[in-house]
Amino acid sequence: MNWTANDFHIILVGGLCAMACALPGTFLLLRRMSMMGDAISHAVLPGLAIAFLISGSRGNIWMFLGAAIAGILTALFTQWITRFGKVERGAAMGIVFTTLFAIGLVLMRKAADHVDLDAGCVLYGALEYTPLDMVTLFENETSFFAVPRAALIIGATLLFNALVITLFYKEFKLASFDPGLAETQGFRPQLMHHLLMTMVAVTTVAAFEAVGSIIVIAMLIVPPATAFLLTKNLPVLIIVSLIVAVLSAALGQVASHFPPLLGLPDTTSSGMMATAAGFLFLLAWLFGPEGLLKRQSREIEAPEFD
Amino acid sequence: MRPEHPPEFPLAVHDLTVAYHRKPVLWDVELNIPEGTLAGIVGPNGAGKSTLLKACLELIPKTSGEALIYGKTYEQQRDLIAYVPQRESVDWDFPVSALDVVAMGTYRKLGWFKHITGAQKKQAFEALEKIGIGHLARRQISQLSGGQQQRVFLARALVQDAQIYFMDEPFAAVDAATEQAIIGLLKELNTQGKTVLCVHHDLATVSRYFDYLVLLNMRVVASGPTSETFTRENLQKTYGGKLNLLDDVAQALKNVGRS
Repeated sequence: MNWTANDFHIILVGGLCAMACALPGTFLLLRRMSMMGDAISHAVLPGLAIAFLISGSRGNIWMFLGAAIAGILTALFTQWITRFGKVERGAAMGIVFTTLFAIGLVLMRKAADHVDLDAGCVLYGALEYTPLDMVTLFENETSFFAVPRAALIIGATLLFNALVITLFYKEFKLASFDPGLAETQGFRPQLMHHLLMTMVAVTTVAAFEAVGSIIVIAMLIVPPATAFLLTKNLPVLIIVSLIVAVLSAALGQVASHFPPLLGLPDTTSSGMMATAAGFLFLLAWLFGPEGLLKRQSREIEAPEFD
Repeated sequence: MRPEHPPEFPLAVHDLTVAYHRKPVLWDVELNIPEGTLAGIVGPNGAGKSTLLKACLELIPKTSGEALIYGKTYEQQRDLIAYVPQRESVDWDFPVSALDVVAMGTYRKLGWFKHITGAQKKQAFEALEKIGIGHLARRQISQLSGGQQQRVFLARALVQDAQIYFMDEPFAAVDAATEQAIIGLLKELNTQGKTVLCVHHDLATVSRYFDYLVLLNMRVVASGPTSETFTRENLQKTYGGKLNLLDDVAQALKNVGRS
């Protein structure tokens, strides 16, 4: 196995991205709307394309703006269709995101005539190529320190997400657990909902180029779901899901070296990271405190009398 | 200010109509709840009892009419109100402890951004002690029984330190010990001069628990002191010809004055 600095950089980008996703993903899971992450990560596509068509540039500000608007629209459309169409929420979500995604693909075909913005890249990303685009953070005569440009963008997104969740921790907790109480106390659960959707949309866009949307969807759902099997304490749950996120990235990158050694076709890093996350979930499901093996055991716990 | 709804009433509802998909759930509700009462809202399933509470709290849109809290809109009087939703309205698998849930009642006074500290935790713990489950403070909420979960909700309302309590079926499917704990709490709130509005559907206990009664079936059939309002005639008007309920009614009427 040829382990290089590139592997470290790929794990850095993948790990930061996984953590950035796991943060809003935890609250999506708690609100029982994990699929909203899937929906939004697809639905931002027309937002990106329109932002590009209007601005004519792939500048980050425009892309983020387009994505944030598309994200909030997805949430709004889903709500309206649920309310006025008398359709179940999952179905409404399906209607909205497939339609938006399709519009996005059409618009991108249009945009693609002018610039390099292609659907394959959006889906699978180009994690393997991130080490090619390095930014030097620090340099003097004896040493220098450089990181992939993608790590900076995704790192900033992670920081943003961490900041928002730290700032609004109490409000997110309340709005997720009991929107009725949040509303009567004047905490605007609807606003918190939209803020969460914006976080998901912005994270998705930040991750697009580097890691692709497949891994974003996986990391929004799997690390929080894994942590949920391991603990019933919210702050601990958030930390555990961050750890699972980083572990998935590292394990995935290590594992991506094996198929070629066995003579199998080459694989992508982001695909293996998503697979690793699934593997960790399986472990938690089997061996966790409420896991399959525990439930199978015939041992009876002594009752508590109080 | 409307003359028929003077501001000394903790809750005055005027001409309230609520409709879902153009079907009315509440129709032209007129109501004055006097201060310091333990008021029960009673009526058959689908009578709009929970809807009435939610419309007053602006949790669902009103088709017409208004609900005034001491003569002002709900928006201006948020601090005076605590709401205890139905137990099934939340996800009890949520990763928080009983103490965390009770502490949520302090969030309004705490305001945006500020995190809870020891003071709020102490307050929450005292409320749990008061309602008899202080020893369960650290327990994750899915590990609590139905009655204990209901008590957690009531403790949360207590720390809100309100003037008016809106409770949605607090007695639904609870054990005897919890029922006693809730009654004790209601009486205590009552002696402190607070007003409690409680959706209830067990006719047998109405006259023991509540001193004021609202009989609701889409419209207000009758409202007033329980002693005057809880009559066979009114109940028949409220429940219509639902025969299976008439036995309950007879039983309930026998209990009048026994408490």
